[in-house]
Amino acid sequence: MANALINVPDRARRGEIIEIKTLISHPMETGYRRSQLGARIPRDIVRLFVCTYNGTEVFRAELHPAIAANPFFVFSTVATESGTLAFQWTGDNGFSATETATITVD
Amino acid sequence: MSGRARRLPIALSIVALTGVSFAAEIPLAERRSGYELMSQETRAMQDDDTANPGMLGVLEGGALWARKAGAAGRACADCHGDARQSMKGVAARYPAYDAALKRPVNLEQRINVCRTERQQAPTLAYESRELLALTAYVARQSRGMPIDITADARTQPFLDGGRAAFYRRQGQLNLACSQCHDDQWGRKLAGNVIPQAHPTGYPVYRLEWQSLGSLQRRLRNCLVGIRAEPYEYGAPELVDLELFLMWRARGMAIETPAVRP
Repeated sequence: MANALINVPDRARRGEIIEIKTLISHPMETGYRRSQLGARIPRDIVRLFVCTYNGTEVFRAELHPAIAANPFFVFSTVATESGTLAFQWTGDNGFSATETATITVD
Repeated sequence: MSGRARRLPIALSIVALTGVSFAAEIPLAERRSGYELMSQETRAMQDDDTANPGMLGVLEGGALWARKAGAAGRACADCHGDARQSMKGVAARYPAYDAALKRPVNLEQRINVCRTERQQAPTLAYESRELLALTAYVARQSRGMPIDITADARTQPFLDGGRAAFYRRQGQLNLACSQCHDDQWGRKLAGNVIPQAHPTGYPVYRLEWQSLGSLQRRLRNCLVGIRAEPYEYGAPELVDLELFLMWRARGMAIETPAVRP
C-alpha cells in the first residue's frame, strides 16, 4: 500500500558516481502529539531505510521522531556493475515497503 | 495649538483617501505565482517529480482512477478512459457551472457528483486522502495549461459574489483578502512572504501541513488568520471565492501538484 518514488539513472558508466533519490509516503507520527481529547497519538514512524546494490548494502539510515512526513533521501554510490538496486523501509506497526530499480552499467 | 487640532481631521481624511486608492487589482502583467516568491530549495522540490511529495498523491490518485467503486462497479477509467487525454485541461476550467445544481462546483465536488451519480458510491469526505489524491491526479493532467475560467451570464453572479468576498473586510481583525494579497504582496507577514493568492497549484503539498491540501483548506486557514468564522468545506461562499480567485489568475499556468512553504 505504500507509495514510493524512486529516481535511479537507467544507464551509467562503470566507476561513475550516481545519484539516487527516494521518496516514500508515510505520516511519520512522532508519538509526542496528543489528540484534541488529550489522548496520546501513538508513534508511527519509519525506523530504518536500507539500500542494497546487487545484495551489497550501500546505504543505511536510521530514522527518529521529528523527521518530517514522507521522508526523502538523496544519496550516491559508485556504479560498479549492471543489476538491481533494492530499497527497503521498515518501521512501527509492522510497516515494511520494498522497491527495486534496475541499472545498466557499461 | 488650536490650528493644529483643526488640521488633524484633514490629515486623517487624506490618509483614509490614500488607503482607498491603494486597494487596486494587480495588473495582469504584474501577476506572480506563489512559485516565484518561494526559496530556491522549495522551487527545486516542486520542479523535480521525484522530490515533490505531491506526486505521491498523484501516484495514489492514478491507482484510484483505475479502481472500481460503488454499486455500479465502475472505475473512473471505465467512463473517462485514459486521464492523460480525457482530463487534460479540465482542472484549468474549474470551478465550472453545473446545470443540475444551478451553481458552480469545484473539482472535488465534481468528483463526488460523479461518485454518487455514476458510480453509486458514497461521497469522499473533503480533505480525505482519497479525494485529495484523485483531485491531484486529475489536476496534474492540466499542468502547464493556462487557467481558463468561463465568465458568462450563468457564472457572473457567483463570480461577483466571490469578488465581493475578496474585497470585504471580515473577522475580528477586520481585514479583506485584498488588503494583504493585492496591496501588500511581496512583503512579509510574520516572517513569511505574502503571495498574490493565485490558486495555480491546488491541491498543493504544503510543507507546513506535511500533506496535500485543497484550496478550501487554505482559504479556511486565511479566514482563521483574520479571526473570522471559517465557512464549512464545500460551502457555496468558498466555491464562489475559488471561482473568483481562479478567474483572477486567468491565463496563468497550472502547477499541480505545487509545493508551498
